[in-house]
Amino acid sequence: MSLTLYVPRDAGALAVGAEAVAAALLQAASRRGLAITLVRTGSRGLYWLEPMVEVATPGGRIAYGPVDPADAEALLEAALAGGGAHRLRLGAPEQIPFLKRQTRLTFARCGITDPLSLDDYRAHGGYLGLQRALSLGTAATIEEVVESGLRGRGGAGFPTGIKWRTVAAAEGARKYIVCNADEGDSGTFSDRMVMEGDPFVLIEGMTIAAFAVGADKGYVYLRSEYPHAIATLNDAIALARAEGLLGSDVAGGRFAFDIEVRVGAGAYVCGEETALLDSLEGKRGQVRAKPPLPAHKGLFGQPTVINNVISLASVPVILADGAASYRDIGMGRSRGTMPIQLAGNIRHGGLFEAGFGVTLGELVDDIGGGTASGRPVRAVQVGGPLGAYFPRALFDTPFDYEAFAARDGLIGHGGVVVFDDTVDMARQARFAMAFCGIESCGKCTPCRIGSVRGVEVIDRIIRGEDRPAQLALLEDLCNTMKFGSLCALGGFTPYPVMSALRHFPEDFGAAPPARVAAE
Amino acid sequence: MRGFAMWQPDRAAALIAAHAGQDGALLPVLHAIQAEFGCIPDPAVPMVADALNLTRADVHGVISFYHDFREVPAGRHVVKLCRAEACQAMGGDALAAHAEAACGVALGHTTADGRLTLEAIYCLGLCATAPSALVDGEVVGRLTITKLDRVLEALP
Repeated sequence: MSLTLYVPRDAGALAVGAEAVAAALLQAASRRGLAITLVRTGSRGLYWLEPMVEVATPGGRIAYGPVDPADAEALLEAALAGGGAHRLRLGAPEQIPFLKRQTRLTFARCGITDPLSLDDYRAHGGYLGLQRALSLGTAATIEEVVESGLRGRGGAGFPTGIKWRTVAAAEGARKYIVCNADEGDSGTFSDRMVMEGDPFVLIEGMTIAAFAVGADKGYVYLRSEYPHAIATLNDAIALARAEGLLGSDVAGGRFAFDIEVRVGAGAYVCGEETALLDSLEGKRGQVRAKPPLPAHKGLFGQPTVINNVISLASVPVILADGAASYRDIGMGRSRGTMPIQLAGNIRHGGLFEAGFGVTLGELVDDIGGGTASGRPVRAVQVGGPLGAYFPRALFDTPFDYEAFAARDGLIGHGGVVVFDDTVDMARQARFAMAFCGIESCGKCTPCRIGSVRGVEVIDRIIRGEDRPAQLALLEDLCNTMKFGSLCALGGFTPYPVMSALRHFPEDFGAAPPARVAAE
Repeated sequence: MRGFAMWQPDRAAALIAAHAGQDGALLPVLHAIQAEFGCIPDPAVPMVADALNLTRADVHGVISFYHDFREVPAGRHVVKLCRAEACQAMGGDALAAHAEAACGVALGHTTADGRLTLEAIYCLGLCATAPSALVDGEVVGRLTITKLDRVLEALP
């Protein structure tokens, strides 16, 4: 009997020993003279269970985890028994509550398929989206995306379909599709997971975008901190090209489109779309003033669609299943699903794709299981280094672009970083300013100088020098940065700083909040 | 960790020529040079500028803008410790202090014997298995002080 096992090749799984587990399983099998098929998949995103090994059985897969190489012999025994007993047995992965509660649309295949098998991709619904787009035609494809309500998953939340419509209508010698894969926010890893675990969905999404707006060249600007994603995506592009899914004759010669991966060079600010475009052009990654919008004058001055990885990777399922099925999920103006990433000091960290509307408290306490350290949750930073720190008192906030904005926060790219009660919020505020200083592109003064002055002011507050005046100065500086900066780096750094100050004033030597907000 | 080539102008010229033809070629050219020589050697700057019809100042401006590009080679081993928020939440500050003491060098510096460079990195996307690091290109997660010591000791 042939035995098929699945071990992730996702960087998050490799970081906790998946490669050694895979090697140990192969060795254990060869000692027994047993031929096994070891499929390297992406990650299911249940990182506290990684390395998670799955075994194919007639009744579906059975998961085990977190597996240590020393478990290989016993695990193989259990696998031979058809997914039998073992102390690490988790049962069917789909029945694990963390996964069962999700609505996996964008991540439907991640962790299940071989990321570099086009056959696997097609067998699990791949390329149905492109097929439907081709039958709808360009204008109707764009309207499908508009109708779905999809908004930019990179953080800005701009309607994706409207961007496409603008580019389609713009005049230009050439049009480009640029994928923003510069996922620099701490606490986020959904772009990385897709590129490593299901890269063809991104390729298909970019191809649909190219067809819809009439672009013939695509770039994926991928950060250098993601070596595994770079390798997998390049391999996937080569495979797609070899099958005619990219190149001069896509879809039986209906259009030409090819994709190139460009590797960043460690600048956080290049996640800002206009800085990214300058970087792609071979320049310092400095922010451009808008207008002109990239949709009118983007890469090399040509009309350019620039979308985040998750926005583009959500397009195939929207096209395949229809706009309505996506739009019917969510709340308010936030439609569809959001791949939320639970990170930091959290017991059950990982990827949780769900319709908008789940509350922060559900995410942290219920789904995430509280802190990894077992201590009380004190603060949660949502939306990366430019996102606000939320106290427990705001845990009723639903995951929704507008609801977070109404509470002076942002959902950003969907990262949720949990801190326990040992956190010093004045230090976190100081870090926000320091990080802005390290990563500022230098183009505008509020960000370049303001971040440095911000660190100095917070240092004086921490040392207890003239606190009331320094606190007033910090607030004034934050206003200058918020309203005077060219982009979100300087403009949003006040979010973590001011939220830390507002919700945790006792860490700045001020009186604690008299009454908890929101209650 | 693989060694880097000694500076050879011919080799640099070939690398530049191989990448200069594409649109927005400067970053790919610089990445190729650094992959070969371990840094962007000074004599490469005018060569790149000439090939791409840029000024030397333009090229220098780009090299100095991006954290990845080095003007001198790193140590034989490179340990990049994530210092971003998710890793901070899991004891990253203490881990960084320990790493500095264990390596005998502050973040952003190379040991005097050139054996090791210790650097801060801002997010490896391993935020659910924090704290994490990139050690000679290999990802390592769920770091503790003990695990970090083991990783450092295992470096040849």
